[in-house]
Amino acid sequence: MHVTSPVREPLVQGGKTYADVTEDICRHVEGAPTKEWKIAFGISLLVLGYGSYCLAWTWWEGLGVWGLNKTVGWAWDITNFVWWVGIGHAGTLISAILLLFRQKWRTSINRAAEAMTIFAVLAAASFILMHMGRPWMAYWALPLPNAFGSLWVNFNSPLVWDVFAISTYFSVSLVFWYIGLIPDLATIRDRATSKVSRLMYGLFAMGWDGSAKTWSRYEYISLILAGLSTPLVLSVHTIVSMDFATSVIPGWHTTIFPPYFVAGAIFSGFAMVQNLMLITRVVYRLEDYITLEHIETMNKVITLTGSVVGVAYITEFFIAWYSGVEYEYYAFFNRMTGPYWWAYWAMMTCNVISPQLFWSRKLRRSITFTFFISVIVNIGMWFERFVIIVTSLHRDYLPSSWAMFSPTMYDIGDYLFSFGLFFTLFLLFSKYLPVINMAEVKAVIRSTSAELPKKIAGVAKVRHDLNNVGQRVPSYDKDKE
Amino acid sequence: MAELTGKYLVGVYDDDDTVLHAVPKLRKAGVKIEEVYSPFPIHGMDEALGHPRTRIGIAAFMFGLTGCICALTLMCWTMGVDWPMIIGGKDPISFPNFIPITFELTVLFTAFGMVTTFFISNGMGPGTHFHPRFDLRSTDNKFIMAINMGSNAMSEDEISRALRDSGAEEINIKQF
Repeated sequence: MHVTSPVREPLVQGGKTYADVTEDICRHVEGAPTKEWKIAFGISLLVLGYGSYCLAWTWWEGLGVWGLNKTVGWAWDITNFVWWVGIGHAGTLISAILLLFRQKWRTSINRAAEAMTIFAVLAAASFILMHMGRPWMAYWALPLPNAFGSLWVNFNSPLVWDVFAISTYFSVSLVFWYIGLIPDLATIRDRATSKVSRLMYGLFAMGWDGSAKTWSRYEYISLILAGLSTPLVLSVHTIVSMDFATSVIPGWHTTIFPPYFVAGAIFSGFAMVQNLMLITRVVYRLEDYITLEHIETMNKVITLTGSVVGVAYITEFFIAWYSGVEYEYYAFFNRMTGPYWWAYWAMMTCNVISPQLFWSRKLRRSITFTFFISVIVNIGMWFERFVIIVTSLHRDYLPSSWAMFSPTMYDIGDYLFSFGLFFTLFLLFSKYLPVINMAEVKAVIRSTSAELPKKIAGVAKVRHDLNNVGQRVPSYDKDKE
Repeated sequence: MAELTGKYLVGVYDDDDTVLHAVPKLRKAGVKIEEVYSPFPIHGMDEALGHPRTRIGIAAFMFGLTGCICALTLMCWTMGVDWPMIIGGKDPISFPNFIPITFELTVLFTAFGMVTTFFISNGMGPGTHFHPRFDLRSTDNKFIMAINMGSNAMSEDEISRALRDSGAEEINIKQF
C-alpha cells in the first residue's frame, strides 16, 4: 500500500477528471495547426534546408570544407555529437530510472522527454555519418567481413562499442516510447471524427483495447523495459567517454570520464527538457499538468548533476597536478590559461556557477530564470565538449605542430542542420501526438489531485478539513504498489 | 484480442474503484466476467478477474540469453577463430573488451523479443483496429465490463440487477 503525505503538492492541479485529461491533451492533436506552430515549423524547415545544403556540400566536397587541420583532426563534429547524445539522456532517465524509483511526477513530462531523446540521438547520429566523410561507407562499422574476405571489425575498439551502444540506445528508446504511446493513440483513434485520422491513429494503435489482460502485460513490459534502459542509458555515455578515455592524449586519458560524462549528460538533458517544456506548457495551455512543482524538481536534478560535474572538473584538475605527469599538467594548465582560456572559463561559469543559483527557492521556482539558466547550461555543456576535444588536441607533444582551430561556415551549417532536424521532428511530434501520457496521468490524478472528482468528494473534504487543523492523514490509497 | 462472438451484457462504470470492487462481488454472486476494459491500468484488476499471471518475463529472459550468447559467439569466433587479431601481443579472445557489446546486444534482443511477444500474445498488430469493440469510451473515461451471456448460466435480468447493484451506471447489450 502506498501512502502519500497530504502536505505534498498535488501532481496535477485544477481538479481534473478523466474526461478533462483526455480533452485537454487531445485538443492540440485534433485541432488545426496554430499560427505560432506554423511559424515555428517554417523557421525549423528553413534552418533544416540551409543545413542540408551545407551538409550536401560537406559530403560532395569532402571534410576539407571544415576548419580541421593536421593537429586538430576532430572538432565540432565530435563536440556536437557528444552534446546531442548527452541531451538525449534525460528522456530515458525520466521514463526509466524515475519509473523504477516510483517518482510519479515524471508522468507529465516523460512523453515529451522521450521524444526529445529520440530526436536528439538522431541529431547526434547525423554527426557520426558526417564525420565519416564518406557516409556510403558507413556499413564498414558493422561486423561484416572485409571485402567479403574475412577480416572483421575490431571488437576491442570503443568506436565499435559506440556503434552498438548508440544504435541499441536509439532503437530501445524508440520501442519504449512507442509502447507508451499505444494506449494514447487508441484514445485519439476512438475520438477521431475524420476517416483519415481514424485510419492513421488506428493503424499505429495496433488494435489496442485496454483490457485488464493487456494492461497487466503492458505494465510488466514497461517495468522490464525500464529495468533494461536504466543500465543502458548509463552505458551509452560511458562508452562515448571511452572513445576519449582509452586514448593516450593528455586530457582524455582519464578514468573519471565515465561517471563525469554521464552526470554531464543528465545535466544538459534536463536543461533541454526544461527549455522545451516551458514553451510547450504555455503554448498548449498545460500549466495544470506541468506545474511549478515539476519545474522545481527538475531544477533540483540540474543542481545535483551540475554539482557532480563541478566536482569532476576540480578533481580532474587536481589529479593532473597530483599525477606528476608534466604533459597531463600542461594540458589542463593550457585549458585554463592558454589561447582557449575563454572557452574554459565559459564552461566553468555556465556549468559550475549557474546551477548553484538554484539553491534559492525563489529562483528555482521562477519560470523566466529557469529558462535562462537552462539555455546557459546547454551553452556551457557545449563548451565542455569543445574544451575537452579541441584544447586537448591543439597543443600536442610536438610544439612545432601546435595549431588553432577555427570553424568554417560548413562547420556552423552542419551544426545548424542538427538543430533544424531536431526542431522539425519535435514540432511534428508536438502537433500530431499527445505531448503528455494521458493514460499515466489518469492513473495518478486521483491519488494526487487537490480536489478529487465528485464520486469520492467526501474523501477530499475530510482530507482538506484535517489538513486545515494540521493533522496528517493518509491520502486516498488508490494505487497499491 | 480474443474473437468476440454471441451476446454480451456490457456494464459501464465511471469510476475505477467502483469497478474494482464490483468484480469480486459479481464473481461471488456467480457471474462469469469475461474482461474489463479501462483507460488506464487498474492495479489488482487481473488478480480480481482471476487472470493467470503473465509469463512474458520468461520470454524476455530467453531473448536476453539468446542475445548474450549471440554476441559472445560472434566476437569470440571472429576475433579468436576466423581471423585471430592479436593486438599488443595479448590473447585475441579478451572478455573484458567484449562486455560492452554483449550487454548492448542482450538489451537489444530482450527489448525487441519481448515487445514482439507482447504484440503476439495480445493479438495486436497492423489491421486489427477493425475488430469490434464494446464501448469506445473505454479509452477515455469509462470502465467497461463485458459479460458473455453464452458462458453464463444466470438469466439476463439477474445479471443486470447484479451489475446495477455493483454500481454500473449503464447496462447495454451487444450482439456480435
